[in-house]
Amino acid sequence: MKPFDPTPDELTAGDMAAIDRIIAEHDNDPTQLIGILLAVQAAQERKYISRPAAVYVAQKLNLKITQLYDVISFYTALHDKPRAKYPLEVCSSAPCRVNDSKQLLETLKEILGIELGEVTYDGRFTIERVPCFGACDVAPAVRVNGVVYGNLTTPERVLAMLRELD
Amino acid sequence: MAKTVSFISRRFGKYDPWSLSEYEAHGGFQGLRRALTMDGYEIAKILSANGIQGRGGAAYDMGRKWTQAKDVKAPDKCVVCNADEGEPGTFKDREMLRRDPFQVLEGMIIAGWSVDAKNGYLYLREEYSHLQPLLRNAIRQCEEAGYLGENILGSGLNYRIHLYSGAGAYVCGEGSALAESIEGKSGRPRMKPPYIKQCGVFHLPTCVNNVESLSLVPNVLMDDEGFYKRQGTPECPGTKMISVSGNVERPGVFEIPFGTTIREIIELAGGVTAGHRVQLVQLGGASGCLASQAELDTPYTYKDMKNAGLTAIGSGAVLVVDERTSVIGFLRMTQEFFCHESCGQCTPCREGNRHIALLLDKLAAGTHTQKDIDTMLKFAHIMCNASLCGLGESAQSALLSAVEHFPEVFEVKKEVAIR
Amino acid sequence: MSKVHIKINNIPLEVEEGTLLIDAARMLHIDIPHMCYHPDQESKAHCRLCVVEVKGYRKLQTSCTMPVAEGMEVFTDTQKVYDAQVGVLELMLADHNQNCLICPRNGSCELQDLCRRFNLLQPDLPDISSHEVVEPDNPAIVRDPTKCVKCGRCVKACTEIQGITALSYTKRSADFKVTTAFDLPMAETDCVLCGQCSLVCPVGAIVERDATAAVWKAIHDESKHVVVQVAPAVRVALGDEFGFEPGALVTGKMTSALRMLGFNKVFDTNFAADLTIMEEGSELIERIKNGGRLPLITSCSPGWVNYVEKHHPELMDNLSSAKSPQGMFGAVAKTYYAQRVGIDPADIISVSVMPCTAKKYEASRPELGRDGRPDVDYVLTTRELAKLIRYEGLDMKNLPESDFDSPLGTATGAGAIFGTTGGVMEAALRTAYEVFTGETLPRIDFEEVRGFKGIKEATIDLNGTPLKVAVAHTLRNAEELLKRADEYAFIEIMACPGGCIGGGGQPIGTTNAVREKRMEALYRLDASLPLRKSHENPEIQTIYRDFFGRPLSHKAHELLHTQYHEQPTVSKL
Repeated sequence: MKPFDPTPDELTAGDMAAIDRIIAEHDNDPTQLIGILLAVQAAQERKYISRPAAVYVAQKLNLKITQLYDVISFYTALHDKPRAKYPLEVCSSAPCRVNDSKQLLETLKEILGIELGEVTYDGRFTIERVPCFGACDVAPAVRVNGVVYGNLTTPERVLAMLRELD
Repeated sequence: MAKTVSFISRRFGKYDPWSLSEYEAHGGFQGLRRALTMDGYEIAKILSANGIQGRGGAAYDMGRKWTQAKDVKAPDKCVVCNADEGEPGTFKDREMLRRDPFQVLEGMIIAGWSVDAKNGYLYLREEYSHLQPLLRNAIRQCEEAGYLGENILGSGLNYRIHLYSGAGAYVCGEGSALAESIEGKSGRPRMKPPYIKQCGVFHLPTCVNNVESLSLVPNVLMDDEGFYKRQGTPECPGTKMISVSGNVERPGVFEIPFGTTIREIIELAGGVTAGHRVQLVQLGGASGCLASQAELDTPYTYKDMKNAGLTAIGSGAVLVVDERTSVIGFLRMTQEFFCHESCGQCTPCREGNRHIALLLDKLAAGTHTQKDIDTMLKFAHIMCNASLCGLGESAQSALLSAVEHFPEVFEVKKEVAIR
Repeated sequence: MSKVHIKINNIPLEVEEGTLLIDAARMLHIDIPHMCYHPDQESKAHCRLCVVEVKGYRKLQTSCTMPVAEGMEVFTDTQKVYDAQVGVLELMLADHNQNCLICPRNGSCELQDLCRRFNLLQPDLPDISSHEVVEPDNPAIVRDPTKCVKCGRCVKACTEIQGITALSYTKRSADFKVTTAFDLPMAETDCVLCGQCSLVCPVGAIVERDATAAVWKAIHDESKHVVVQVAPAVRVALGDEFGFEPGALVTGKMTSALRMLGFNKVFDTNFAADLTIMEEGSELIERIKNGGRLPLITSCSPGWVNYVEKHHPELMDNLSSAKSPQGMFGAVAKTYYAQRVGIDPADIISVSVMPCTAKKYEASRPELGRDGRPDVDYVLTTRELAKLIRYEGLDMKNLPESDFDSPLGTATGAGAIFGTTGGVMEAALRTAYEVFTGETLPRIDFEEVRGFKGIKEATIDLNGTPLKVAVAHTLRNAEELLKRADEYAFIEIMACPGGCIGGGGQPIGTTNAVREKRMEALYRLDASLPLRKSHENPEIQTIYRDFFGRPLSHKAHELLHTQYHEQPTVSKL
């Protein structure tokens, strides 16, 4: 496993080309900014939008940089700080909470040896708390890069999920 | 024992949601074909005749909404399908989109025809991004088959559907916040007037409907036998998609006739978790009221619920909570949600939520005074009366209903009272 | 527009359809409390202070957004309204850093006014405000987020007036705040330091960087000869701080006050404005005659210069190389004046009073100094001068009047109108016409470049040579005008609405209505003066005869002209 290396905030020619592609897929349409930013973030290994990436998108779409920053800071699903390859989003809303998502959270912390918001040394996992993502029928649930893992009621099931991600 | 019905959900599991032809084989797009023989006002009249109220939470008369949308004179208008199902405990739209995506699109096309819109926007919450490929496929197949595009089915209707993603913001379920989000901005609700029916997405007159409302439309148009109207109660006919979650044995989505009691709904979901008893039921999501044991026999209709001091219907969420969670503990969870989701621009909601959270902490610790309770209620009412949008207005529904239905948990402890 | 009939607190009122309730109430002399509402801005409805009861509506309605309608019945003083307004005020206050006695806006704070109005003695809510210390990050403007009430007026000013949006809303819920992109220091953003945000801020969240203490200290340093220059737009605005009618011309009292404060010499920036016209007018003629780069664009507004350097570096060669009047005055004070009175420039402290925050940044530019010392040592805004006058305990209303000192105190009407949009253009045309044609102007008033219109155009006949000119104020209008800049030979741009009379350093309460009064006052002043063309100023003639030789001379270039440098901003990779 490679050691954790905080991603430098540099925009390579490759990154720019990737952003160009994403913007083209969104019809070069500035109203599709949110979809564009989600795609830019998903393409990044650590699932975040770096400052130069935001500036580049703003320039390309002829938008104010403040609008980019506002949007990134407003939406829960957009991030301006490096996260992890697998951000583990634990639901913090009532339907999961009454199904003991607290235990699930503790289990994750124990297995991974990190606290909420921390990143594992290899940069693969981080634990986040998010509001309801509509998986209440399989509570308690975790969402990882858009995929929901539900009914995580035992440490075995949690481990199985982590293994699947590996 | 209560029963479920299959009206909107009639095709669930019956066809491959990736296949338009299978949808057509199951009666798909018959509603649209019929709609194209009528004008918008006639369609709206049918919706009103069936007593359909918007399913997003506000329960606005849908036929009236479409009539008003049609009435607006403008060269360009749009339709929005609000798939930003953000109320915790609500996932029925997810099931409708996942199991019968074409039905939603058909409803959107009929809406476009009815109100003279050129574009429809399907605003899908980011949390459901896994449904994007399915929906893109459905839109593409509809375009290829001529259900979308120019001169749809020879009717002269030119209409396109665009899929837009949210990015995790409950407030974007509010129509004007949703419009902002579709325009690529942060989802902070706009001041009103102007209302979105006059000036919404891209400043065009906009008709916003919930996934379930739109799914109903083709079915109701084809309901020659009056099946829908025979369901439910005479005052509140029809069926409702509900999401049942929490401490129940079989959580899930159910289509029920209006009039089913809350107790029966819990039974549909397999009853409360074995060995436990119902502490409270939250109806309609985080912005909904709390029912106690005493309200469990309330029939699930707009009027009966309201008379019982509960959220009318809201999003159709039914969150069952057993005695392992205290009422105050539950209120703190709800409060945490609103502290996270307030958009922050208006003072009552931004600041009020923080202060009420602090006061609930005191309640949880049992160190509250009568003054604390009074202050909490004062600001809860100010939020209801003076917030900019529905989020702030409804954020304290749970608290205010808890005061009604669980007065004992707000009593001031004696030793604190003496101090 | 048709009239409708409404009732406010049962008082009948006939009012034009479409009027907002908050404005209608004012017609009945009722001031509905408000915070985010500003008469020159679009309504925001954020603060929720201006809520009222409207018959037929379940919820309270914001009077800043609700237009009147026939038969409407409005109540501004019910218990429900009062509870909501006081509650909202309490919520704001609980999040407000309440070190009010040591706040720059102590006494001019709208939150303070509201607390006094509602007699808020025992708030129910605990103080949960942040007390994080904020470091000033630029020489002009200081932000203190712990004071911010999130009204959004600054965001609107930056966007609606300037089209810059250096400030915006960010985040949400309790983290919601007004800040720059990535929370960067303002100087690193698209901000041009115009200070319009500080002018509309209701509280002490955005203020100018204070120089009053430093100036006070300099005045009382016996070893220093302290001179002060006062910009044209200050004399028609300073009175606002002391209860004069908007637009009152208080030149004489102001000069007395400055003298009583202890300045050794009280000079007039208008003199330097005349000097600017000599140089800039000559530059225009030279560029026209020699096929130089056109259009020539004025460079006296430092917010505009920052804008060019940040957002339109390709236009840097179009900017007039002439320094602003402040810059010219500074250079002259420490050379010509120093020589003339025989004082070592190192012992001269040069202070300016400006209607502007960006002038503070301009004075700090290394190119506007010599021998490692700035030409202008300290810049005070109009607001800061008022503070010094209060500090000294002067009864401004009843001070005797006095004149500016010589030799840098004589000015023409052309210098005076520098303070308003269109004024620099008109002043330049008066001189350029006569220099270019060698004839006397048939008509001295160039009405077509006057007034509050955003973009003004005119074609001047220079005795057969047509000269197309344009004038814009606010950077949003400037951006619009730049799209067709090629059509013109000469363009005047002022960053602030109305020009310097509406500058970011002017008294709090400067609205467009007030700006128009100041504009009228400057034109009245111009019309009242015996000399109205810069080249007729005898002191100007003397300084060219004795010191510079002629406009655009080598010495003039050395002292009166400058260069521009592209400035980085976060929005450029």
